[in-house]
Amino acid sequence: MTETGSDALSRRSVGVGFKAEHFDAIFESRPKLGFFEVHAENYMGSGGPPHRRLEAIRALYPLLLHGVGLSIGSPAPLDGAHLARLAGVADRYQPALVSEHLAWSTHEGAFFNDLLPLPYTEETLARVCEHVDLMQSALRRTILIENPSTYVAFAETTIGETEFLSEIVRRTGCGLLLDVNNVFVSAANHGFDPYRYLAGFPFAAVGEIHLAGHAVDSDDAGLPLLIDAHDSPVREAVWALYREAVRGLGPIPTLIEWDNDLPAWPTLLAEARRAERAMDAAAGLRRERANAV
Amino acid sequence: MPFESTLAAFASALCDPAAPPPAATRGRKGAPDARRFAVYRNNVAVGLIGALEARYPVVRRMVGPEAFRAMARAFVAAHQPRSPVLIAYGEAFPDFIEAMGVEAGLGPLADVARLENAWVEAYHAEDAPAVTLADLAALEAEDLPDARVALHPAARLLSFASPAASIWASRQNGAEPAPPPDTPSTDPRALRPGGRAVPLARNAEADRGEDVLVARPEADVSIRILPTAGYVFAKRLEEGATLAEAAAALPDPHAFGTHLVGLVAAGAVASIIPGERP
Repeated sequence: MTETGSDALSRRSVGVGFKAEHFDAIFESRPKLGFFEVHAENYMGSGGPPHRRLEAIRALYPLLLHGVGLSIGSPAPLDGAHLARLAGVADRYQPALVSEHLAWSTHEGAFFNDLLPLPYTEETLARVCEHVDLMQSALRRTILIENPSTYVAFAETTIGETEFLSEIVRRTGCGLLLDVNNVFVSAANHGFDPYRYLAGFPFAAVGEIHLAGHAVDSDDAGLPLLIDAHDSPVREAVWALYREAVRGLGPIPTLIEWDNDLPAWPTLLAEARRAERAMDAAAGLRRERANAV
Repeated sequence: MPFESTLAAFASALCDPAAPPPAATRGRKGAPDARRFAVYRNNVAVGLIGALEARYPVVRRMVGPEAFRAMARAFVAAHQPRSPVLIAYGEAFPDFIEAMGVEAGLGPLADVARLENAWVEAYHAEDAPAVTLADLAALEAEDLPDARVALHPAARLLSFASPAASIWASRQNGAEPAPPPDTPSTDPRALRPGGRAVPLARNAEADRGEDVLVARPEADVSIRILPTAGYVFAKRLEEGATLAEAAAALPDPHAFGTHLVGLVAAGAVASIIPGERP
């Protein structure tokens, strides 16, 4: 793809997940936004309207690529064909950042359509690091790994999550995607303090933040169980945690993820504007932001 | 290996709705927690059912959301995806419907499902320029009989024993179709892909079969009902026959130009390859 004027991703960028349903509204108004992010797997078809839309978006904005299917948290070897597909999408769209999850989704060839949790042990750490190395070699770039939202823990876990992530960074040189909603969800689900988790997070490696809405359910014990639903506005408690993260990190590219029960475009854009204001305030920045490209 | 066995037990419990939560998992009380584990099981099922709802909106409208969900749930339990690329998931659903023997009283559902599947395949097919009528007009008439036709990558020919395309067209929403969803794998409730309701000539004998051409030369998928002879002609071309050989299947072989023009006008032809001239 030819170089465009849309490649610069500043530390102060705020973006949203791109959805086909919003394409017309985006293309007509061309709002000033830091970037759009897409799930890589949705652009692994050969051609057709999805690629036409994404090419049009890519010509106007920086693009971030978020993989949801590589299963780097599996004990089995990475799926080479899928890794090649991911590299193909990255070559085609030249994203500013590529990220994947600390999770698994494939077992013995069967694909489970979810981001599943893994125990944190020396054995799983070694395996995840091998997979991150492979992914970075195939893509010829540093990738970001996202902290998960989880509903269960594992008896055999011996390493804390932030320590596990820090060690992946140290061994592979990858960066991290800090999903603040995931921190909040996991903290509530497992009974830890999300602010203490942030204090232990290797901030120097963070290249992007995700924000999203969550739903509230309960578990067998009647305790609250938060669900990482991506179907609603970011909750106030998550905004507070975000401000705390930005106070530590400084300005950092931030994504509003809204994948289900999609709102009208202006609602999603308003969430992005709120993130811009929150980032600026927490980072002690003042700036004028234009409203259109 | 503990890692392998822990995940194998997790995967196995995901597939069996009656299984207890895996023994290695822990809730806040330090024990396996069924409601917590059920979130994963539910995410997997809801996401895949959502992919089928997005792929088969007309079938869903025909049977109703509840019945569709039951069919989809049964399919998902029997057909686990083998790829993280869910764009292709659910291709086997039409055959599954047929095997279940489900009928909505409105016509054979499996055929409508096959048409919807072809629509999605055409939607995601490789992009390629299509031969235009001007290209066709520029060809020498004497070169045509020995020429072969490469169909466009998005073109699909389907032959139904039922009036599937007429049913499909009559069950569109009427409104401008919504753009198909991105169907992220974590997206259980995406919008339905709209089928573009091309005005279709109502088949004179609507209880008979229909032959259909699906095409997408540019952005929009179109669905056309072909005359039987036109379908046979196109099918022979797809199989590699020369225009003269395909024309021999027509009641009037000299009328092949009409059928060729129809295919080209639909954007279903990628190239016309001249034969070897003696």
